[in-house]
Amino acid sequence: MSRFREYLNTPEAERFQRRGQLFSKLFSFACAAATITCVLLLLVLVGAVLWQGFARVDWQFVTGLNEGSKWDKTGIFVELMGSLWLIGLTAIIAVPLGVGAALYLEEYAPPSRWRTIIQVNIANLAGVPSIVYGILGLALFVRFMMMGRSVIAGALTLSLVVLPIVILAAQEALRAVPGSIRQASYALGATRWQTTWHQVLPAALPGIMTGVILAISRALGEAAPLVAVGGVGYASAAPQGLLDVFSAMPLRIFFWAQLPNEEAHELAAAAIIVLLAVLVLMNVGAVWVRYRSSKKIKW
Amino acid sequence: MVTPTTQPQSPRPAKMSDSENTDFQSSVRSSSEHTLRTADEMRDAAIKVSVSSLNFWYGDHQALFDISLDIPECCVTALIGPSGCGKSTFLRCINRMNDMVESARVDGEILIDGQDIRASRVDVVNLRKRVGMVFQKSNPFPKSIFENVAYGPRVAGVRSQAVLLEIVEKSLRQAALWEEVCDRLDESALRLSGGQQQRLCIARALATDPDVLLMDEPASALDPTSTSRIEDLIFELKERYTIAIVTHNMQQAARVSDQTAFFYEGELVEAGPTNTLFTNPTKQKTEDYITGRFG
Repeated sequence: MSRFREYLNTPEAERFQRRGQLFSKLFSFACAAATITCVLLLLVLVGAVLWQGFARVDWQFVTGLNEGSKWDKTGIFVELMGSLWLIGLTAIIAVPLGVGAALYLEEYAPPSRWRTIIQVNIANLAGVPSIVYGILGLALFVRFMMMGRSVIAGALTLSLVVLPIVILAAQEALRAVPGSIRQASYALGATRWQTTWHQVLPAALPGIMTGVILAISRALGEAAPLVAVGGVGYASAAPQGLLDVFSAMPLRIFFWAQLPNEEAHELAAAAIIVLLAVLVLMNVGAVWVRYRSSKKIKW
Repeated sequence: MVTPTTQPQSPRPAKMSDSENTDFQSSVRSSSEHTLRTADEMRDAAIKVSVSSLNFWYGDHQALFDISLDIPECCVTALIGPSGCGKSTFLRCINRMNDMVESARVDGEILIDGQDIRASRVDVVNLRKRVGMVFQKSNPFPKSIFENVAYGPRVAGVRSQAVLLEIVEKSLRQAALWEEVCDRLDESALRLSGGQQQRLCIARALATDPDVLLMDEPASALDPTSTSRIEDLIFELKERYTIAIVTHNMQQAARVSDQTAFFYEGELVEAGPTNTLFTNPTKQKTEDYITGRFG
């Protein structure tokens, strides 16, 4: 009989095994508990908001103008439009820039010390608090470039906030495209541009879309940088052009939440519900785009 | 069910599983037609690719030492040798795929039809259209079967759907895949079986009508049935194309190639007509390798 078999027959081995089984069970319980905690917290959060604000969400609320302290008449149309302007412009600015930067870093730039430095910096920038970008936006766009407290200054600032997210997500997606596909394309006499455009980008598109949606969701929810560049909590009209004054949903929510009146808190909750609805709609859109593109690329 | 096809030069009868039987029979060519080139034919054949004093480095590591080898036109040249001996590196020099490897350095002369492919005026994109390549692991694009084969002509600027269709059909026929896929060209290439995928990759490489076809262990990941189909295919293709094939499988080299080159640790130990090299090698190292004493 081998030494190992001998060991297995000792009581010590049995104890060890029992302990192992117990630990394994405990560990799986702990993980399940962590999951349940997260889900519960989220449910409580959403539940509380719905409880507080659902009664106030109606068509009048979504399409109405700001009526100050006439709680029953006021609406968030101006802020909703402001937010849509902001995320639309942010997407137009940040997505091509971010995807382009990711393409350069992944497909073109030769590995060098510079690339490593840039890479590390982008990763760090993703973690910089957004108020810092707000201050930068105030100095650069609002003052130096003299855009004033405009929706374009806000969108440019938000673009700064989300660019690292877009770049990192796009890089991740590009890196996941198998090298064998690039090789096959080059071996057939495709140029780098053709390989990137016809093979790499379509294959990476679903991953890139995920990053874009994450980034836009982030932009939709940001308040701090907008406060810094002069987004107002109380605008009388939705922006008509790039240089118009703007407000945004998070600013309005912040404004209401500060007030002592119970009605204002309910309105804040109602605005959060609208914000969440916009987020869900955007995610549905992303899922649809992913579905379409994954049908086109036939994995 | 199983009709044994006698292959004169094959030491191994083609094995097949029941499920793939009918599939196999429908496309198998009568193998008895296959003949290796005689020594005289080889001597008379024009030299398609001529490599002289080729050295290759990955950074500080030298992978190829002073390789000189002529690859005759419309013949199959097998490159054999143990793993890491440089045969794949050599193959990838011929279509300059090594250009993309960081820190790679080449020195020496590679002529195709007498033209130096390393000259600065040679456009590597055009070179790769003339020198097709099939990889070890089949790597179809995640697109339809049609789009896979049409890709080479498309990136060369062919727009007409009719022309593309003609090219796709011809290439798939050459790769003995047309019958199996002609009614589902729009299906994803990744739905094909492993052997079909590899033949699709061959069809894709043929679509740009190359002069030279490089194959890097094209059958090493395939089952015996698919392997023998690829080998049959190589026999047919060599009537039109000059083929260089890397293989780990000595029997395969003996079956399909007219000329064999034995690489060892980055050096070309011996090259010659396959029959001569396998029956009467001049170097001890070659004999040791082909008799299985190492490698």
